[in-house]
Amino acid sequence: MNRTITQEQSQLHAYVDDQLSEEELRQVEAAIQSNPEALQQVSDYQRLNEQLKALYDPILDEPIPPHLLKPRSTISLWRRIRSLAAAVVFVTLGLVTGLYLGVNLETEPLISGTEADHVIDEAAMAYSVYVPEVRHPVEVRGEQRDHLVTWLSKRMGRQINVPRLAEFDMRLVGGRLLSSEDGPGALLMYENISGSRIIIYACHAEERATAFHYAQKSEISVFYWIDSSVSYAVAAEMDREKLLPLAESVYSQMTF
Amino acid sequence: MENIPHLRRYARVLTRDNQQTEDLVQDCLDRAWSRMSQWQADTNLRAWLFTIMHNLHVNTLRRNSRQVEWEYLDGKDLVDTRQTDQEGAMDLRDLEKALNRLSADQREVLILVCVEGLSYAQVSEVLNVPTGTIMSRLHRAREEMRRWLHGDEIPKLRRVK
Repeated sequence: MNRTITQEQSQLHAYVDDQLSEEELRQVEAAIQSNPEALQQVSDYQRLNEQLKALYDPILDEPIPPHLLKPRSTISLWRRIRSLAAAVVFVTLGLVTGLYLGVNLETEPLISGTEADHVIDEAAMAYSVYVPEVRHPVEVRGEQRDHLVTWLSKRMGRQINVPRLAEFDMRLVGGRLLSSEDGPGALLMYENISGSRIIIYACHAEERATAFHYAQKSEISVFYWIDSSVSYAVAAEMDREKLLPLAESVYSQMTF
Repeated sequence: MENIPHLRRYARVLTRDNQQTEDLVQDCLDRAWSRMSQWQADTNLRAWLFTIMHNLHVNTLRRNSRQVEWEYLDGKDLVDTRQTDQEGAMDLRDLEKALNRLSADQREVLILVCVEGLSYAQVSEVLNVPTGTIMSRLHRAREEMRRWLHGDEIPKLRRVK
């Protein structure tokens, strides 16, 4: 069987696969312009690439079977995943900080993309699902504040404060327990006299602290941060400027 | 975590069977966690995972001594989760059949290069064969598929040059 192919053929493949240096790229481009056969070859390969993607890309969008996300036998798998995630985050932090900021780690802790995404997404989702709810927006009503604190803290495995936002004319509607990407999540809901609502969302995160961040998810403004292995988010359908003082107050009450 | 869909896709190409796909992904993840310390942070994580998966698959084949020539399967055992109601679905079925006539080695190179976009050097590491061999497999695979694109039936027995 013919095991070797010519340099020219190799370069045509590398051209299609975008694996040439700039100089080689120019050379190959010039060479194929005057060679109809090579042009045809390149265009066929490109067409084939597109078809292969069309065939195989849908697999990426299939839901991941849940058992793949869970340990097979022991809980140590999750620990490994966590330590892996921590390692990845740490390496990323190190690189980003080292390369771009050139300052030490403690001055500007960053939040990792995926972790940020999931707290933003979950907070925005919780907002869209429960805020429109009229009759059963919460599981435990705001009148039972002490019970709410105990219950959520117990289920989350750590102290969850329930801030007071009376200075913003927001009263506590109550709270509920949700399922987050990483275990239980806690939802607290507040509303003002005209029925405008905000939520506070809390879920587990890596052990570290981050600064205060802002994101916008369609109409929903989200402020989020991590403190002592909990991700917090304050979400509302409100301008950033309007939500900011509320979020700052929550931040200070949650993380005193 | 974002690598899991890619692992499933690669496993699907390797095993061409839904149940075996999930088993292979699971085995691969298990092994990856237990060998996490061996992964060097400056190398491509996905390529490393592919390497583990490739080796597991080869081992399984060897263990079962199922060195069956896959070439003649037409992929009917695959549950088609793709858009069956759309135009072009037929073409994709045909494409899959044509791919199934390639050797497993060639199919692997095709997916790693054309679909996953790995560099030739990375593919060479994943499959543990020299880059020259990768290039020749890629070339032969693409040429076979070209003939198919132009409407020629791919000869069931690949030609020996």
